[in-house]
Amino acid sequence: MRKIEAIIKPFKLEEVKEALSSIGVQGLTVTEVKGFGRQKGHKELYRGAEYVVEFLPKVKLEIVVSDDRQTEVVDAIVKAASTGRIGDGKVFVSAIEDAVRIRTGESGDVAIS
Amino acid sequence: MMIKLHPGHVRPWLLVALTLFMIGAMYAMSASAQDEEPVLDTGDTAWMLTATALVLFMTIPGLSLFYGGLVSRRNVLSVLMQCFTITALMTLLWTIYGYSFAFDTTGMSAVDGFAFAERGIHGYVGGLKYLFLKGVDKDSLTGTIPESVFVTFQMTFAIITPALIAGAFAERMKFSAVLIFSALWFTFVYAPVCHMVWSGDGALFWDLGILDFAGGTVVHINAGTAALVACIMVGKRKGYPERPMPPHNLTMTVTGAGMLWVGWFGFNAGSAVAADQSAGMAMLVTQIATAAATLAWTGAEWIKHGKPSVLGAVTGAVAGLVAITPASGTVGPMGAIAIGTASGFICFFAATTMKRALGYDDALDAFGVHGVGGFVGAMLTGVFASKGLGGFEIENSEIVGKLGMQFFGCAATFVYCGIVSFIILKLIDVVIGLRVPEQVEIEGLDVNEHEEAGYIW
Repeated sequence: MRKIEAIIKPFKLEEVKEALSSIGVQGLTVTEVKGFGRQKGHKELYRGAEYVVEFLPKVKLEIVVSDDRQTEVVDAIVKAASTGRIGDGKVFVSAIEDAVRIRTGESGDVAIS
Repeated sequence: MMIKLHPGHVRPWLLVALTLFMIGAMYAMSASAQDEEPVLDTGDTAWMLTATALVLFMTIPGLSLFYGGLVSRRNVLSVLMQCFTITALMTLLWTIYGYSFAFDTTGMSAVDGFAFAERGIHGYVGGLKYLFLKGVDKDSLTGTIPESVFVTFQMTFAIITPALIAGAFAERMKFSAVLIFSALWFTFVYAPVCHMVWSGDGALFWDLGILDFAGGTVVHINAGTAALVACIMVGKRKGYPERPMPPHNLTMTVTGAGMLWVGWFGFNAGSAVAADQSAGMAMLVTQIATAAATLAWTGAEWIKHGKPSVLGAVTGAVAGLVAITPASGTVGPMGAIAIGTASGFICFFAATTMKRALGYDDALDAFGVHGVGGFVGAMLTGVFASKGLGGFEIENSEIVGKLGMQFFGCAATFVYCGIVSFIILKLIDVVIGLRVPEQVEIEGLDVNEHEEAGYIW
């Protein structure tokens, strides 16, 4: 099993979700996060106090799939989340030792299908 | 017994009857000449009941939301708690002795000039005539309204003033210290200044003709001065000014600002203590000045920083509201434009450039807006109250003299309030400490002082 983590621009979430749905990915978890890489922050001003806010709002998706689906899922995410500009984000893939469906107690690939 | 009448009898009786009639008429007329006692006017009373509610609304939740949104998420409840409990505490203290200290006029009569010693203690603070509101019953009147309404109306001013000060020491002062400070400050600063400005003949500021219709001095310069002293004595927030401390919820702040603007009609127009032309004009000039100040601050920010902000717009509005407060009884619409514009620009400077340059951490700009705005308003009242400049109170030739008196009022309040606030804060600091420990400040006041969280996920 592979965990695919993707940090993307928030406005791309809907598009990525559609893309994953269309290749049959059933579930995912989404978190609102802040971060930066090469993308510059922005200025905020409160009563004359100017701050450069380096952290930008992003969205993190986490999906766990069987090994054979890794490439297709990563490709779908990258295609849907891309704008061609700095700040598009990154995808990380890691190995998962086990997964368990809480309702039934099933584990292994059958729990994530 | 039948009396046979003939002309000889009638004339003397007529004379007697006429004489009795004359005596009776004279008595009735003299009785009505004595009978200048004001009578309850239901129109005035209805308005003042409403105005009282509006001014209370300014504190809960107007100011509470305005301030609440400006602080960090982890401290939002501390602000709401301070405003709410100050409301309750001041209510009781006003009831017990505050009204008496402020409005007991026993032994007072008009004295010319400063006459500091001649006017006695009652020129500066009232006595205990109304202790526990003794003598204030259902039928007592203050002018044409029930005294009960007047007591409550004035109470709402005594409530909002210490709540304003909380803006200066937000996010780092101990809750217990906030309460004790508020109680002592109310007793030794608010009540005497209120007495000196508003109690009537014999009161220092009243006799000097210092114009403060709705509390530019009593509320704003007073609170602003205490705020400045307090924020310096409590010290800067950890990380100020390097660490960004943006408002955690500007939607809350803007909501609160709207409530303050609307509620302020009760504050200014209500200070006419009547439903009359004075109240009407006060409402109009309040609206105009606030609008002018909003645009002035927004404009200044747009020019200086390139973008107009909603925080700037609402802060400008408050600056205008503060400045028109002392002027609302004596200036006209054009004066209101001038006062609002001036306050918008000057308070913008005070709350940004000046604050940063002088280095104090007036967290929510209580001094920058209320102290400075109050001063601007008090001084410009002296100018625009003149009939030549659209006002209703003084001749043009009296402007310079009035300015001198207005300045004296501002300076005297600043000095008195500053010194007494310092003493009170020092006392509290020595006995229980003003500031929360560093760890508490870092984690937040809500979870530490109140064991609550403003937002649970």
